[in-house]
Amino acid sequence: MLAQFGFGILVVTFLLSLFSTSSAIYGYFSKSDRWVESARRALQLTFPLISLSALGLIYLLATGHYELEYVYSVTNHEMPLYLKITALWGGQAGSLLFWAWLMSAFASAMTLRKWDRDREFLPWVVAVTSLTLAFFLSLIIFFENPFIRLWQTISGEIAAHMFAPAGASLFLPSEGRGLNELLRHPGMVFHPPMLYLGFVAFVIPYAFAIAALVTGRTDDRWTRLTRRWTLVAWLFLSIGLVLGMRWAYDVLGWGGYWGWDPVEIAALMPWLASTPFLHSVMIQEKRGMLKQWNMLLIILTYSLVIFGTFLTRSGVLSSVHAFAQSAIGPMFFIFIGITFIISISLLIYRWNDLRAEVEMKSLLSREALFLLNNLLFLGVLIVCFWGVIFPLISEIVTGQKITVGPPFYLRATGPLWGALMALMGIAPLSAWGYSTLKTIGRAIWKPTIPTLLVPFVLIVLNVRNWIALLGFTLVAFVVFVTLYEFWRGVSARRKTQGENFLIALVRLTRRNRRRYGGYIIHVAMVVMAIGILGIEVFQTQTQQTLAVGQDMQISGYTLQYDSLAQFPYVDGRQVTRAVLSVYKDGKYLGDLYPRYDLFPDGQPMTIPAIRSTLADDLYVVLVNWENISINETPFKVYHNPLVNWLWIGSAIFVLGYLVSAWPEAETM
Amino acid sequence: MGKKAPANHLFFTILLLFFIAITVLSFKSVRAQEPTPSDDEVNAIARQMFCPICENTPLDVCPTEACHDWRELIRQMLAQGKTPSEIKQYFVDHYGDRVLSEPPRAGLNWLVYVLPPIAFITGLLLLFRAFRMWKVKSTATFQEEVSASKPAHGNEYATRLEDELRRRN
Repeated sequence: MLAQFGFGILVVTFLLSLFSTSSAIYGYFSKSDRWVESARRALQLTFPLISLSALGLIYLLATGHYELEYVYSVTNHEMPLYLKITALWGGQAGSLLFWAWLMSAFASAMTLRKWDRDREFLPWVVAVTSLTLAFFLSLIIFFENPFIRLWQTISGEIAAHMFAPAGASLFLPSEGRGLNELLRHPGMVFHPPMLYLGFVAFVIPYAFAIAALVTGRTDDRWTRLTRRWTLVAWLFLSIGLVLGMRWAYDVLGWGGYWGWDPVEIAALMPWLASTPFLHSVMIQEKRGMLKQWNMLLIILTYSLVIFGTFLTRSGVLSSVHAFAQSAIGPMFFIFIGITFIISISLLIYRWNDLRAEVEMKSLLSREALFLLNNLLFLGVLIVCFWGVIFPLISEIVTGQKITVGPPFYLRATGPLWGALMALMGIAPLSAWGYSTLKTIGRAIWKPTIPTLLVPFVLIVLNVRNWIALLGFTLVAFVVFVTLYEFWRGVSARRKTQGENFLIALVRLTRRNRRRYGGYIIHVAMVVMAIGILGIEVFQTQTQQTLAVGQDMQISGYTLQYDSLAQFPYVDGRQVTRAVLSVYKDGKYLGDLYPRYDLFPDGQPMTIPAIRSTLADDLYVVLVNWENISINETPFKVYHNPLVNWLWIGSAIFVLGYLVSAWPEAETM
Repeated sequence: MGKKAPANHLFFTILLLFFIAITVLSFKSVRAQEPTPSDDEVNAIARQMFCPICENTPLDVCPTEACHDWRELIRQMLAQGKTPSEIKQYFVDHYGDRVLSEPPRAGLNWLVYVLPPIAFITGLLLLFRAFRMWKVKSTATFQEEVSASKPAHGNEYATRLEDELRRRN
């Protein structure tokens, strides 16, 4: 009953979304406020309605209704309650419903704002948002329905249908298949919601942009209205990416956090388009420039959000043939194509209205450097986009699939990341409007002096790798420039306002949160770069087979293999656990417990043991594909220098974000 | 016929010696590689490869039985004295280019390497062109604007900062 109810609600919401789209457009053209208001209320209703449907599915998941194909495929009796609930996004059909649910939450919240000053935007914001929602609901209703049930036909076959086929009876499996063990990690529990939140929140600024294009109100009002939405979307997307990295590091057992897998790149691409947007939108607000460019970037971000979902949901990454056979692949393709073409056509139509109010005068002005930053981000985006789609093109043209793997991305994006770091250092020192080498030089020499000490210290410490030397120097440069910027601001306030250091620092930051929050985010990025450089440049690894009592060495550490135990765990899995003592320079540092778990359904899971410090991580994996015995236990050990700074940088990033996005009460 | 017999004999003797020589030589080459190639030596090559089934998982960390067999094959080939490029070529010949972590620089694959730099350089050129156009356009108002927004340094920084903050509020 609940299954039919949940499905019925989705159908009603789909129709409501279509009504919202059409009445908003009709209201705009007929200049009827009542139709627009009706569209707004219809969109508002979508959130409570989809909530009913999603909560219904959560109830069915939590209570083990295995007659639903989706519940059967992602849960079983042994899973704890929180995993049964989060199984909502553990499979394709559920995750699409979750996507639509979050989308409706943002859409409803957006309709609740005061529209008095921006009434002309309303019909198109509602139309674009409700159309996007209707598209996702159509995918769920027609192709990926999580409420489909299992039926036993007269001939004894088990078939999945929403409604009972003639003569069939409901099939009730006594146990479900359960969620893939790899997905039962906190990183994977929170990673998809964060990513989806980021994805759906970008629909709102896009909807405002389209509204601005259609109505011709092309000043910076739409960017100001959507600033917070954009920041929220960017935060969630960033956190989602970091959680995904942490999950890969903790669970996949290959000693790294990022494998340049197309699925990872699909999530990175909207970030690569939205980060330059966040920067260049400031130029539009401050200088009235780059209006066309900002429109292009937000259209690109929206398209990449849908494209990323398409890549991961359509099966196209496995093979172009899988895409053609999948039901939702072509639908996605058509939707992306239509929305992109319409958006670009609108942009071309308004091209002249979007011309800059002032022109750029200096190659070294802050806006010029921001534009260069945009180009570098787009350079990384092009590399990623091309790397993901080229294997598909190759398959279509030659019939042969090829792999575009990490070496390609590292080589192609490395210099661009380096240039971005250099810009993070230089841009804060240039002025809006006009800067010359002389003016920048006057500001840059102070942070440059301590920066130049860094490569010397590194060379003394026997660092010879030029990438590391350059990378760490750039990190230091950004940190010193940022400190200098804070110091300059604080000194200025102390001189003019007579405040003490702390008060001057707080007031300075509070009065321009976006700038100083942004600086903190810059520091976060380069702190993350320390971790990335550490693992990419200095990672060492070894694989050795030991007998109990033997030891192995890696990067100055000695790992002594003490014991091996095999035992059943309460949830039925068979655990194989090794104990290793870790020594450095003869000093005992602690024990490590790498594990290999075999679940009752035959699914294996390798759980690495990690000894983590600020200097390095020792990452030990019990190599599960080899035969494990007391006399022959294969271990794979990675030494990952500095990788912890990647996670520390992520925490600083959130802090910088909070500073940047905190509501500015005093200015109201 | 009677004359042909010793010639045949000689031929077969040479053939036999040839095979014995090959066997001994290959045995020697195995001996020369002893001890058996280590996991690290195998992984150094496997890291640069992907099996066609386990998508996007490098061969050195892939837990499937098929990938285990591939690694053992790499070990055997190393033991036979094959170089890393010969080993990779063996897998390419049998399973196609997709086993390599990046496409070989040939034919259509060149596009992978060439297109991103071309796109980036084009973007850079367009940016510079746009700058030049902007500069020409704004020459008339240039001096006026410069005097209005003089480069800030020294004590002027404080004034500029306060000015910017005031404008925000």
